[in-house]
Amino acid sequence: MAARASSIARRVKDAVTGGGARPSDALSREAKLELYYWMRLTRTLEERLVALYRQTKVVGGLFRSLGQEADAVGSCFALERRDVMSPLIRNLGSMLVKGATPVEVLKQYMAKGDSPTRGRELNIHFGDVGDPATTRGFLGQISPLGDMVPVMAGVTLSFKMRGEDRVGLVYVGDGATSTGAFHEGINFAAVQRCPLVVVIENNHYAYSTPTEKQTLAKQFIDKAIGYGIPGYQADGNDVLATYDATKQAVDAARRGEGTQLVELLTYRRKGHAEHDNQSYVPAGEIERWAAENDPIDRYVARLTTELGFDASELAAVDDRVRAEVDAATDEAEASGFPEALDALVGVYADPPRERPLWFREGVEGAVAPSERAADGWGVFKADAKTESRVSQEDA
Amino acid sequence: MTTEITYLEAIREALFEEMARDENVFCLGEDIGAFGGAFKVTEGLLAKYGEARVIDTPISEIGIVGAAAGAAHMGMRPVVEMQFIDFIANAYDILTNYVATARYRAFLPCPMVVRGPSGGYVRGGPFHSQNPEAGFIHTPGLKVVYPSTAEDAKGLMKAAIRDDDCVLFFEHKYLYRRIKGVMPAGDHVVPIGKARVAREGTDVSIITYAAATWKALEAAEQLQAEDGLSVEVIDLRTLAPLDDEAIVATVKKTNRVLVLHEDTRTGGIAGEITARISETCFEWLDAPVLRVTAHDIPLPYAPQLEDFVLPQTPDVVRAVRRLAAY
Ligand SMILES: Cc1ncc(C[n+]2csc(CCOP(=O)(O)OP(=O)(O)O)c2C)c(N)n1
Repeated sequence: MAARASSIARRVKDAVTGGGARPSDALSREAKLELYYWMRLTRTLEERLVALYRQTKVVGGLFRSLGQEADAVGSCFALERRDVMSPLIRNLGSMLVKGATPVEVLKQYMAKGDSPTRGRELNIHFGDVGDPATTRGFLGQISPLGDMVPVMAGVTLSFKMRGEDRVGLVYVGDGATSTGAFHEGINFAAVQRCPLVVVIENNHYAYSTPTEKQTLAKQFIDKAIGYGIPGYQADGNDVLATYDATKQAVDAARRGEGTQLVELLTYRRKGHAEHDNQSYVPAGEIERWAAENDPIDRYVARLTTELGFDASELAAVDDRVRAEVDAATDEAEASGFPEALDALVGVYADPPRERPLWFREGVEGAVAPSERAADGWGVFKADAKTESRVSQEDA
Repeated sequence: MTTEITYLEAIREALFEEMARDENVFCLGEDIGAFGGAFKVTEGLLAKYGEARVIDTPISEIGIVGAAAGAAHMGMRPVVEMQFIDFIANAYDILTNYVATARYRAFLPCPMVVRGPSGGYVRGGPFHSQNPEAGFIHTPGLKVVYPSTAEDAKGLMKAAIRDDDCVLFFEHKYLYRRIKGVMPAGDHVVPIGKARVAREGTDVSIITYAAATWKALEAAEQLQAEDGLSVEVIDLRTLAPLDDEAIVATVKKTNRVLVLHEDTRTGGIAGEITARISETCFEWLDAPVLRVTAHDIPLPYAPQLEDFVLPQTPDVVRAVRRLAAY
């Protein structure tokens, strides 16, 4: 057993120090600029969401990934289109890389009737899976943390059973690693040698709880040893390093080497959601990460000095991103809200029967949805200013 | 001394007072310490009682509830916070299989409280709006409390902490900052298992609990003004054990009953109450017992959809009119 543990540790080391050529060395010039595009799009789209949130056009809460763009983008960039990815709340960048569009994201947040979930689900809780020829391959998450790990174990088990050349990737936060679902899912996948890559985004906080109150493990890749799988660790604010670590894990999974664990070290610069004032963060910590370790600033510096890009090339990307987000905002704002009766359809696969509503069963005639929706809480009207949107409190 | 405090502050007051009264009482949950909890219910507890009695936990609902049970066996009185009651589903196994059976199987005491924000009307989407009480009411060995007023929130929380069994304490997040009350002086304890007449009436009864109580009261006022109907509103306060006496008394008084709840309809507690009424006082009824509940649909996010799925005051008004006309 000792030999096994040390070989895992060596692979971890290789991934960190980079023994030999890095996968990113093989990326084309276009691919390197594309990485910048996805990071810039993530940030600009989130900034737009903040503006819409302040205008109360976002119905629920708003969850930022500020400072984590490199980890989200670089890791997902290691996947092929046929692969399936399941994000966390801060993986907007991964969603975009996998093909989610800004207008879909805006409509979800704004609860529009033609949003991907038709107003049923919120924020980036939406997906597009099925036939790899026609779908983009991302699976919508749910709020209970860790639940997507066993689900992705099953997704990748099916790839293995059918002999498909596909890999799955699931994101969890440092907090989510404490759940039973995380443990059961990763252990199941490991034992079945599912082609699953589990990416732990260690962004230092789970809501207000710092990592040292989440686990006594010094680092999350140490957990790989306990599951008998390889672990990789990378600087999550360096988009190329993030890509390199994840690509090695994805390649290994694709070669049939089973489940892989990747830990990306990053930092959550915003609160859990927009309402959270981060009173629990030591003074200066956020500012330090912003000044010294912004993933976009770091990549821009690298693109222009080391990789030979011209500032005007990057400015052109910024312009394109702004135009795309503007157009998406116009489209999302123009679309309507769902019809109340849409709520009735689709609970089961059966074609919707003319399902008797309870008020039809017990009461003659139905109350028109418009009449019902118009109802407020008259008793509390005087207190309307205390109205608080619950999703501001959580995901 | 007539300062009004909110439903949320009332719960906090109960926690402060019970921790002062009994050193075996301690709190545990996610982000409940320095941060004071997602909704700030536990704000200030850490400063007063320290890290040994106000424990910030990893995100581990099974671990938290299981650890609370173990500590309770040893004579402690843990109060667990679920950040959102929706996540109690993770702990369903340990609550129903372990905690609920411990006393019966093995004579093990489980004096613990599992509390958390519940309910909808807040655009929280499918996982931050649930009312999972029905699954737990069905499990012998658990007590279930769900107050609608600030006074009850405090008094029932104190009773729950002192109770020798596991009490699931549902708090309606819509009411947290909207409802206020003046706390009775002294040690204000409201007994578990006793319903409250929220409004006296003689024509029709509405049996309900939690936020829906306010919908019932609103409907009752409208029906009084527009139809001259006298509607009695019974706020159950405790769902397990049910206050059968109060239910029977109101049936015998008005002979017409509507059961109202925010939870979905099929398998909801309204079915249980209806069955009890038909078994014990069928001959007192002048009309079938009606139910107004949420539709049997996962709770959607968009306001238009959420408003449609959850019961609203016009639904209550309409159902009461039908009962009165029967
Ligand atoms: C099982 C479960 N318990 C509690 C919560 C409430 N909650 C939502 S996000 C969060 C913190 C998540 O932290 P982490 O996994 O580190 O992800 P991050 O937000 O840092 O990206 C908590 C406790 C939840 N969603 N699911």
